Amino acid sequence: MATATIAGADVTVDEEGFMTEFSEWSEDIGSALAGQIGIDLSDAHWKVLNFVREDFQAQGETPTLRRVSKVGGVPTKELFQLFPKKPAKKMSYIAGVPKPHGCV
Amino acid sequence: MKRLLILGAGTAGTMVANKLRPRLDERDWNITIVDQDETHYYQPGFLFLPFGGYSRADLEKPKRAFMPKGVNLIMGEIDLIEPEDNQVKLVDGTTLPYDYLVIATGTSPRPDETPGLDSDEWYKSVFDFYTIDGAEALAKKLETWEGGRLAINVIEMPIKCPVAPLEFIFLAEAYFAERGMSDQVELVYVTPLPGAFTKPVAARYLGEMLQERKIGLEADYMLEQVDTENSKLISYDEREVEYDLLVTIPVNMGADFVDRSGLGDELNHVPVDKHNFLSDAHDNIFAIGDAAALPTSKAGSVAHFAVDVFTENFLDYIEGLPMRGEFDGHANCFIESGRGKGMLIDFNYDTEPLPGKYPLPGVGPFSLLMETEANHWGKVMFKWMYWNILLPGRELPLPALMSMAGKIPEKVG
Repeated sequence: MATATIAGADVTVDEEGFMTEFSEWSEDIGSALAGQIGIDLSDAHWKVLNFVREDFQAQGETPTLRRVSKVGGVPTKELFQLFPKKPAKKMSYIAGVPKPHGCV
Repeated sequence: MKRLLILGAGTAGTMVANKLRPRLDERDWNITIVDQDETHYYQPGFLFLPFGGYSRADLEKPKRAFMPKGVNLIMGEIDLIEPEDNQVKLVDGTTLPYDYLVIATGTSPRPDETPGLDSDEWYKSVFDFYTIDGAEALAKKLETWEGGRLAINVIEMPIKCPVAPLEFIFLAEAYFAERGMSDQVELVYVTPLPGAFTKPVAARYLGEMLQERKIGLEADYMLEQVDTENSKLISYDEREVEYDLLVTIPVNMGADFVDRSGLGDELNHVPVDKHNFLSDAHDNIFAIGDAAALPTSKAGSVAHFAVDVFTENFLDYIEGLPMRGEFDGHANCFIESGRGKGMLIDFNYDTEPLPGKYPLPGVGPFSLLMETEANHWGKVMFKWMYWNILLPGRELPLPALMSMAGKIPEKVG
């Protein structure tokens, strides 16, 4: 674990730069993390990010793309447009939750 | 009279019935198990069928033959679980009340979840091998196939037996080499994962095995649809992969009645405590085997180790005692690699597959993450063990929980 300064705040991150403390996140930090990977957040992005954070808090794990699509109501195709190439990884990175581990 | 109701007489359900019947007094406990299909398939054998390794008759036995005396087997289709009333309804109108319920109805491939799979090309240029019909149809196709580009596509994780698609491609490579067709066949493995497998160390070993065999790898590939007219896969990020022959591993989902009963996640798998299989929502419902939403492989070995832990826990639980056994996600999978060799991987929730020896540290006879003939023979013999030891609930001298003994951890960093 390491500490990084993002949007003026000190946060704990893992070796890939994913935040490890759910409570350290803020919307400003989210915007800054998005900027780091070249994404300018729109309302459509925020709808997804809010769902990811709420669902993580309720379920204790990062939602899969299928879950964001089925439960969060954002079609997978749109997720690929909002978070190009690797939506699952990018969504969780910006939302300050662990990378989805769904794959075993 | 207390009632234990088991849904599904597959690998996990049959083992639960066989383990618990001798341990629960018949004067006090009724055990009923429901299934809609008379035939038990040895599913690990489906992999070999396309290459002429087995025939259908080698892989099927009647489910009834594995039911112990004193277990009531009902053939019928499940309509709904009504947890508030502690009962299960069958499609034919039968109502089955329970004190404890075990959901063991597994997971199955759903080609209709993906646009294009449910088309006229099904079993013509597009095949699955996780069903007996698909594996048989593919065997027929391969007999006369003249070559071209063969794509193997895993559509979405989790799938049951997550190593089988890799085994399939290794066996395909060896099969075409043996037929002198290597020059006419191009193999490509198309996966939503970032590499050959889910866990980093094994992914590296398996990735190297793909390279040695000149098998293409298309990673991070999330399929949106199959264009069967033009024979190509199209991903959500619009990458196209052409094929002449497509072997697909469709989306895997739990039974629809799980969803109708409000007990499933978005893939109809049942959320449970990953250490004891108790439903998150109801304290008299368990889900075990592939039916459960657990962060480990969906595989017969997992079901076997899980049932060992569950059996002891259940006997305590019904006495009002705490469940002491904590399942660790232990999985143990042979990986056929072709030409009479195989690998073995052994892992759990926390420890990824590592090199070493199994089950006896330093001795084996099986080698972890290494191709050997002994591993292949282990896989071949396993079929006998499955029918004669595992399903009847006899003891196999392997610990349910994973052991680090005999494993060689990689240096960190």
